[in-house]
Amino acid sequence: MKHASDREGTTFGMWLFLCVEILFFGGLFLLYAAYLRRFPDSFHVAVSGQSIVFGTANTVIMLISSWAVAMALSGVHRGFRLQSRRYTFLAFGLGIIFMLNKVLEWQDKISSGIYPDSSLLQTKPDGEVLFYGLYYLMTGLHGIHVIIGSVLLLVAYVFLRAERINQNNYAFLENAGLYWHSLTLVWVFIFPLFYLIA
Amino acid sequence: MLPVPDQDIFFRNTPDSSGWIRSWLFTLDHKRIGLLYLFTIAVFFLVGVILGGLIRLELIRPGMNFMDAQTYNVLFTLHGVIMVFFVVIPSIPATFGNIFLPIQLGADNVSFPRLNLLSWWLYVLGSILIVCSLFTGDGPPDTGWTFYVPFSEVTSTNVSLAVFAVFVLGFSTILIGLNFVTSIHRLRCEGMTWTRIPLFLWSLYATGWIQILATPILSITVLLVIAERILGVGMFDPSKGGDPLLYQHLFWIYSHPAVYIMILPSMGLISEVIPVFARKNIFGYKMMALSSLLIAFAGSLVWAHHMFTSGMSDIAVFVFSLLTFVVAIPSAIKVFNWVTTIYKGSIYTDPPFWFALGFIFLFSLGGLTGLILGSAGTDIYVHDTYFVVAHFHYVIFGGLGFGFFAGMHYWFPKIFGRMYNCKIAKLSCLVLFIGFNWLYFPMLLLGLQGMPRRYYDYLPEFASLQFASTVGSWVLLAGLVLMFWNIIYGSLYGRSVAENPWGGATLEWQLPTPLPHENFTKEPTVTTGPYEFEDEERHEAC
Repeated sequence: MKHASDREGTTFGMWLFLCVEILFFGGLFLLYAAYLRRFPDSFHVAVSGQSIVFGTANTVIMLISSWAVAMALSGVHRGFRLQSRRYTFLAFGLGIIFMLNKVLEWQDKISSGIYPDSSLLQTKPDGEVLFYGLYYLMTGLHGIHVIIGSVLLLVAYVFLRAERINQNNYAFLENAGLYWHSLTLVWVFIFPLFYLIA
Repeated sequence: MLPVPDQDIFFRNTPDSSGWIRSWLFTLDHKRIGLLYLFTIAVFFLVGVILGGLIRLELIRPGMNFMDAQTYNVLFTLHGVIMVFFVVIPSIPATFGNIFLPIQLGADNVSFPRLNLLSWWLYVLGSILIVCSLFTGDGPPDTGWTFYVPFSEVTSTNVSLAVFAVFVLGFSTILIGLNFVTSIHRLRCEGMTWTRIPLFLWSLYATGWIQILATPILSITVLLVIAERILGVGMFDPSKGGDPLLYQHLFWIYSHPAVYIMILPSMGLISEVIPVFARKNIFGYKMMALSSLLIAFAGSLVWAHHMFTSGMSDIAVFVFSLLTFVVAIPSAIKVFNWVTTIYKGSIYTDPPFWFALGFIFLFSLGGLTGLILGSAGTDIYVHDTYFVVAHFHYVIFGGLGFGFFAGMHYWFPKIFGRMYNCKIAKLSCLVLFIGFNWLYFPMLLLGLQGMPRRYYDYLPEFASLQFASTVGSWVLLAGLVLMFWNIIYGSLYGRSVAENPWGGATLEWQLPTPLPHENFTKEPTVTTGPYEFEDEERHEAC
């Protein structure tokens, strides 16, 4: 009898789930494309006002954390328990720093009066209203995913400590890692659209 | 054949199993989850039917009859939301798919049993939320099941909770699709090559891909509606530069493929029933399998044909109209292949076959009226009229509904080990068929005369056809009552049947009847196709 506990099947399912995630964000990218085409000038103005420091910092953090996840997984493959544990924790920590950075950035924006439906935003042209609307929706949704991903990495860390994840049984870490990479991927597309295209 | 001992039957508990409620609500057995789905969906179907009946009752003659206009708006919204999201989208995959997919593959369960259970729980959570949306806030939603902006952004009714329920249900659907696609890739038993998979599974496979790839678009769209209502982001609000038309695009990018989520499993099911009762191999197996995939693919590229009158560019209208006609090709392949399978077969006219014939006729009518809607010129004329309502019900109720009933009568003896009364089953099929056409055919005519959909009141010239349609709804209701009474009575008191009453050649018919806890005691090996029958296998079922 073919049994359900089949590692290749689990990975296959995870990849299907990543398709779901990408398409989920895809709806917002579609809106972005449509509104960028309609309001190219406003989008240009709005992107120029974005803080590139926050954005770049977060891009670097995401990329390093993805590398850490990859290192953790390769550690598990080769049976280097300490390496996998440390790198998993590093990736988790970077996820938290990413979120802190995001909070600071949002705080900065909100204190200067830019948030959905704010009175300042209502005086701006339509294109900028939509740009900031998309900015909050897309980075917010990505942020929620990063929180979920960080929790998964933390669980993976606990499992590594308890040796429930080991050289023979690492599907959880692998899938949490795949999920994390997909978030990096989405961020790599969000970054230029909201910080660089001016 | 020896009768199966009670504790071996999957819906009876083994002596050492945990409490009865626990053993059902937390079961990982795909057959039990299928039955859980079957019962919950049946409850919602009942609710949806009652709501639909009430709509028809109000429309029996012009003017106000039994309810005010706001109640009417709420009723057609709830009828749509419940029937679409709670009944027809899960319907066949979640019930018969769950029960028979692993068995037809020769596996002992789906790939992810826990996700399968989670999917049912999410369905329950979604249904609790939708019930809450009726009794909390400022009244139940009144937007129609499509939740079109800008109205859904500004109405004071409880839209946010209702669309959140739809979001939760979306997850449930995705998990089913993910599970099925993975299972079909990973869990085929020895000898179960891609060209020996029963066509029911091919259709579930195609459906699974749509469930995975289309549903997230709906999820994000309904989340945006909530964001609009709570935060006022302005994505679809023209006063902030947003474009309501983009909502329609996003909504239909999901909701058009979703009608193939509804109809494809039913087509697959009919492809199981027809050869078994015609005692002939299916005509054109490979084209049948391929056409399921083609429908899923082409059906994902036609969404904007719901928007011909919305002010899109003429080029877009032309392209989407053309692509809509492309979908007709694989659909027609299926219909022709079913008919050709019946041709020169030695036909047993048992109840499942009757329902299957009903399916072919009603689905064909639904499909042909779809061409009138899909061609941009004629659509201008019948857009947003009763013609659309009739077309949709012909395809979904006539297609999916009759397909579901065919499956119910086909697999009933396998699931329950008993037999319903065949004469009453045929009678109920006949009453349903007559009632169905009586109810919906007048709507086609009303649409051609220009009666708009969703109107509370109408002009006197529509009165006679509206009246006829309402009377038809009573006949249909009588048919439903008769059929469900027969099924329920049969499941409790019907006579016991042998393991393979219809002489089917797919794997589920080799298992004991009713199905056991453990699907296969030893790993099955498949050496022939799913429709290569040996006639001595057939017992007198009816």
